[in-house]
Amino acid sequence: MRAPPSPTASDPGNGDGLMHPVEITFDALLLFSMVVLAWQGVHARNMFRAVVSFIMFGLLTAVAWVRLEAPDIALAEASLGAGLTGALLLATLGRLAPERRGARRPKVVKLSTLPWLTMGLAGTTVLLAVTLTLPAPGLGEAVLAAMPAAGVDSPVTAVLLNFRAWDTLLEIGVMLLAVIALWSLGQDVLASKPRLPAPALPALVRLLFPLFVLSTFYLLWRGGHGPGGAFPAGALLAAGLVLALLAGAQVPERMRGAPLRWALGAGLFAFLVVAVGLMWAVGTFFAYPPQHASILIAIIEIAAGLSIGVMLTALFLGGEPTDIKGGGK
Amino acid sequence: MSMLAGIVLIVLGLLFFLSGTVGLLRFPDVFTRLHALSKADTLALGLVCAGLALHEDDGALQLKLLLIWLLVIVSGATCASLIARAALAHGIRPWQR
Repeated sequence: MRAPPSPTASDPGNGDGLMHPVEITFDALLLFSMVVLAWQGVHARNMFRAVVSFIMFGLLTAVAWVRLEAPDIALAEASLGAGLTGALLLATLGRLAPERRGARRPKVVKLSTLPWLTMGLAGTTVLLAVTLTLPAPGLGEAVLAAMPAAGVDSPVTAVLLNFRAWDTLLEIGVMLLAVIALWSLGQDVLASKPRLPAPALPALVRLLFPLFVLSTFYLLWRGGHGPGGAFPAGALLAAGLVLALLAGAQVPERMRGAPLRWALGAGLFAFLVVAVGLMWAVGTFFAYPPQHASILIAIIEIAAGLSIGVMLTALFLGGEPTDIKGGGK
Repeated sequence: MSMLAGIVLIVLGLLFFLSGTVGLLRFPDVFTRLHALSKADTLALGLVCAGLALHEDDGALQLKLLLIWLLVIVSGATCASLIARAALAHGIRPWQR
């Protein structure tokens, strides 16, 4: 999913391949902070500290992706890695018994420094060796060469929804399977939880939710020619929906059942309709004719983006929404 | 001229960030820390955004910087209120001399 180098991408260095000392310092600080946060996430004194370290680690990972000129992954990492996973972990923490929440965690593995150091060094060496054997320019050139027939201007979207669309179809399928598995385990766990009286949060959500929806569609539209697309858009939509749920909103009555199921399945459905339809129209499974690639990708992208948003929210809910008393959103 | 004014604003903003961080590290309890952090950091970000806007000629970019600041104002204030309420609900009493 790494963005191939494109001539229009801004060069973080000063042009001759050397980095400015300020940038080297920034990167070094970033790496150091990430290692410290990762360490804290595993070894922190209590669970809450560990979760907060994990969220911070996700945010810094997003910054690292920006430094590597992969804004698409940075967007996904910030909203999924830091935002949604963080919200899930915090919600889980809130459901633990208070004495376990702040409890000292037992040491899982007891190993002295020497074996750890040896294993770490060995792992790093192997990774370095693997990195060196990778084909040097990667597949960026091949992608750029095929761009004229891709139907979109963004190389990342071209790879995700055209050249390797089959992979993306399966990813959406896996997400849907995860939701189905979760629903089969039980009903949603969020509804029964008592909430703090916090008047500011619903007010904030009322203000921000339209912005979340607007940004979702902006990212969907932008996916055609720049960083954006179905995954960041879906993640952003999910972030907005989860925030609304945390503020006390509930899945509206008329949306439960069939509409919700259609929204969950829309992405996979659009993918399959296009893939099978092309087999019928062109004769090859999932091979866009270049003159129609643009519109077909747009259809899939919108359906997949909405589905991803709803699926992530469903995963956060932890089960099929149940009837709860109280006003709907 | 606007270049210099921009730099002055950014440096001022960084000073406020620094004072907010000092408050976070030195103040005795969650409420006083929030008090230091939320106010100082919001002002600091506003100053940095204003300074960056002075370095830009593009009106759209200046507007984006303003919007970023406005979003941080509302979300930051809400977060501070949520953290303080959660702390109160968990039985943490405000620090007294």
